[in-house]
Amino acid sequence: MRLSDTHRLISSKAEPYGDFVHVLRRLNIDGPLLGGVLLISALGLVVLFSAVGEDMRLWLSQVARLSAALATMFVVAQLSPDFLRRWTPWGFLAGLVLLILVLTTGEVGQGAQRWLNLGIRFQPSEIMKLAVPMMAAWYLHDRQIPPRAGALLLLAVIIAVPTLLIARQPDLGTALLIAASGLIVIILAGLSIRLMVALAALAVPGALLLWTFMEDYQKQRVITLLDPNSDPLGAGYNIIQSKIAIGSGGLFGKGWTNGSQAHLRFLPERDTDFIFAVLGEELGLLGVLSLLCLYLFVVGRGLYIAVQAPDTYSRLLAGSISLTFFVYVFVNTAMVTGLIPVVGIPLPLVSFGGTSMVTLMAGFGILMSIQSHRKLLPH
Amino acid sequence: MDLLSPIKDHHSERQLFIGRVALTSTIGILLLGVVIARLVQLQVFNYEDFAAQSQGNLYRIEAVPPIRGLIFDRKGRVLAENLPAYQLELIPEQVDDLDNTLRRLALLGLIEAEDIPRLKDLSESGPRFKPVTLNLRLSDEEIANFAIQRPRFPGVDFRPRLVRHYPYGAAVAHAIGYVGALSKNDLARLDASNYAGTAHTGKTGVENSFESNLHGDVGYRNIVTNALGRQLPSESADLFESLPPNEIPNPGANVYLSLDLDLQLLATEALQGKRGAIVALDPWSGEILALVSAPSFDPNLFAVGMSTSEFAVLKNDLEQPLFNRAVRGTYPPGSTIKPMLAIAALETGATNLKHTILCRGYFMLPNSTHRYRDWKPEGHGEVDLHTAISQSCDVYFYELGVKIGIDNIHDYLNRFGLGRVSGLDIGGEHQGLVPSREWKRNAFRNPEDQRWYHGETVIASIGQGYMLATPLQLANAVAAVATRGIRYQPHLVAAIEDTLTGERTMISPTRLDDVVLKNEDHWDIVIDAMHEVMQGLRGTARQAGLNAAYEMAGKSGTSQVISISQDEEYDEEEIDERLRDHALFIAFAPLDKPRIAVAVIVENGSSGSRVAAPIARKIMDAYLGFGNNATQ
Repeated sequence: MRLSDTHRLISSKAEPYGDFVHVLRRLNIDGPLLGGVLLISALGLVVLFSAVGEDMRLWLSQVARLSAALATMFVVAQLSPDFLRRWTPWGFLAGLVLLILVLTTGEVGQGAQRWLNLGIRFQPSEIMKLAVPMMAAWYLHDRQIPPRAGALLLLAVIIAVPTLLIARQPDLGTALLIAASGLIVIILAGLSIRLMVALAALAVPGALLLWTFMEDYQKQRVITLLDPNSDPLGAGYNIIQSKIAIGSGGLFGKGWTNGSQAHLRFLPERDTDFIFAVLGEELGLLGVLSLLCLYLFVVGRGLYIAVQAPDTYSRLLAGSISLTFFVYVFVNTAMVTGLIPVVGIPLPLVSFGGTSMVTLMAGFGILMSIQSHRKLLPH
Repeated sequence: MDLLSPIKDHHSERQLFIGRVALTSTIGILLLGVVIARLVQLQVFNYEDFAAQSQGNLYRIEAVPPIRGLIFDRKGRVLAENLPAYQLELIPEQVDDLDNTLRRLALLGLIEAEDIPRLKDLSESGPRFKPVTLNLRLSDEEIANFAIQRPRFPGVDFRPRLVRHYPYGAAVAHAIGYVGALSKNDLARLDASNYAGTAHTGKTGVENSFESNLHGDVGYRNIVTNALGRQLPSESADLFESLPPNEIPNPGANVYLSLDLDLQLLATEALQGKRGAIVALDPWSGEILALVSAPSFDPNLFAVGMSTSEFAVLKNDLEQPLFNRAVRGTYPPGSTIKPMLAIAALETGATNLKHTILCRGYFMLPNSTHRYRDWKPEGHGEVDLHTAISQSCDVYFYELGVKIGIDNIHDYLNRFGLGRVSGLDIGGEHQGLVPSREWKRNAFRNPEDQRWYHGETVIASIGQGYMLATPLQLANAVAAVATRGIRYQPHLVAAIEDTLTGERTMISPTRLDDVVLKNEDHWDIVIDAMHEVMQGLRGTARQAGLNAAYEMAGKSGTSQVISISQDEEYDEEEIDERLRDHALFIAFAPLDKPRIAVAVIVENGSSGSRVAAPIARKIMDAYLGFGNNATQ
């Protein structure tokens, strides 16, 4: 391993600048990951063009956002994992402060208080999507793996505090995903299987407890999942129409921009949370399987990078970022196909909107940084 | 750092990590497998079902109303047609400032200022894309006015639609009736699915009775819609391959009436400024030639729609323009029943050609001092049946009536169609009333009232008292005299024409029970006397029968609206116009081959021979081709 690395290092030095892989290396870019991300983004832009009703202006704005997100990825990729680790507690702390600020002074939009205006308008919860797994990884970096009970308790606090703050906004979907990203770190760190089973068992009473805390609209979403036809023009509408869109796509779809469900506006939120249904309707099973394969490739590459990572922090962080990305994909596709209740989770890299995409790309930047800075790290 | 923490074992830590990655990946693959299985379920196994559902989402079926059939007179002149009218509409979602827009429209006079709150409410309550009708009918001037201003009113536009139009308006209103906005009650009565796109339905007259012919069959059109139900431009149809074909509505049938427009207009004019009714028909078929009730109303008001207050004015009008006097108006027939009564008396043997009485101006029942007066106070002197009819001697008929009795009176008048509905094809008939002992027993509760008195027979003999007849019944009765007992059901509709094939179905006359006499000569006796009424030297209506190129027969009637006490003189100059006698006249012509039978009633017209008879003459002249406005 060491040998092959050295060999590659030497051989790459010998290669001329014309070598594309070498250029990427110099820029701290992981070629396969970049390729996967770009392919998903490209397919996403194709679907989005149809989903925004062939509105060039909206589509170009998404291209611009994607470019900005890619730029963020490039910048983050230049920051060494060491640097990231050192700054992790401060980033986490800043995120917490901002979350508290949101709850006290934040702007209200669509019944929830999620936005903060500090010169630029953004959602501090986005920071936490990366800050929570980073903090968990940071905490475990120097500690015994698998973590002991005391460490677990502290990790639970690290995860619970931002999760609860975000749940208060209320943004239950994001809160659960952030909790998941933290939990993934602990699981990857070797949380005992017995404890995991115990936690899973606790999930049942936990879910019941959660039910009592849920807002009416959130409860409605669960009820809707169980019986979407109970109110076909009301709460069950999204799911019914989404299933019709996907189902009527068949194997090969109705053709790009020919999705009647999407274009005649039967499909709600067709360019955001339900864009997967547009893909399913217009490009069929072939289209959705292609996209899922690309996602699987990106997740797989991320996990490969994690396995290759030289230290605890990088390893746990890379694993969490990759698996959380998978969770995003799963939750969105399962929601759109009517397997789980409707939670406001966009389809990563495809749905319209910029905030979450920047966070995702920053995550891929971290993965690239971990991969490309590997050999430079002293052990 | 925590000094107590053990030294990290990087190798085992990495092995643990790889194990965990393998574990989570396995879970992840399983989860993804569930999603993929779900996708296969939706897109492969349930594909047909969802494809059908998505088609159902795409288009909406909209009902297309059929074009209503036209109504023509017997010579093919249009009495009811469909004209394009322009209505002003507003599409809420395209209007920036609703208040301002409505205010400016009111300033242009296109809407009423008082309607603004209602229209605003209407615009804000329905779907934002659904047009709201602001004004049902724009005049040409208003259209021109608005056309110039249109750029200043985004979201407001005019749209054509078909409106029922009656070119002769009030003149034919009571015969053909009118259409009005479809109500909930109408829909309960009609086949709601066939009326899915229809806004109006026949309410009265031919429009109502022949609704099923005139309406036609609804068509359907597929409209491509989005989830909000908004209609999309036709190019959206490219989104799907095949839609069920549109179904073109089947237009309603055209209806040809037996009505003669010229005669109808003439009759309308004759009753101008009066209250009354005229029914003219062909005695040999029952075809109605003219059916007028005055005063009338403009049926176009119903077709266009009027406000509640406008309708209230019409409905509460003391002259009752909405009331169809020709078929629903009941009047004491007065002396017009004398020819029929004479038939009864001849048939029952109560009189013959030679039987005479001495008329001294009044009649008294045995053992009574009550004087039943003749219209001629000094009396007619010696009178036979012929004179009794031609000079309308009441006393002669008082005696006849008492002789044959009320039940015979009832029986014979009934055979002529009095006291029962004739079955006119537009319906709405009142059955009138010919009293009998049985009728009185049933009509009153008090035993004292249930008894039939001789005095009541006396006044019934001259068509007064309980007796009531409609103008239509009197026309039918005189027609039966004209045909010597052959009776036809009166009808307005002569033919129905399939609009698509042009095929006409003639409506053949319906023969009713004949008036069969034991002695056919009795017809001649009565008809002779009726001829004398109009064209004899001493007939009551000889003035109306002067200078005729043809022979005619008639009988006048002047019926009391109020009863006059024993010693009071009736002075028409002093009496309230509304309490004056009704003027009636029945006639037919020509005498030998009757082609037209007429009944005329002028409410409070004072004198049948002076007021109603000239009108009947005018109508017969016109129909037989001798009038100033002779038809053909």
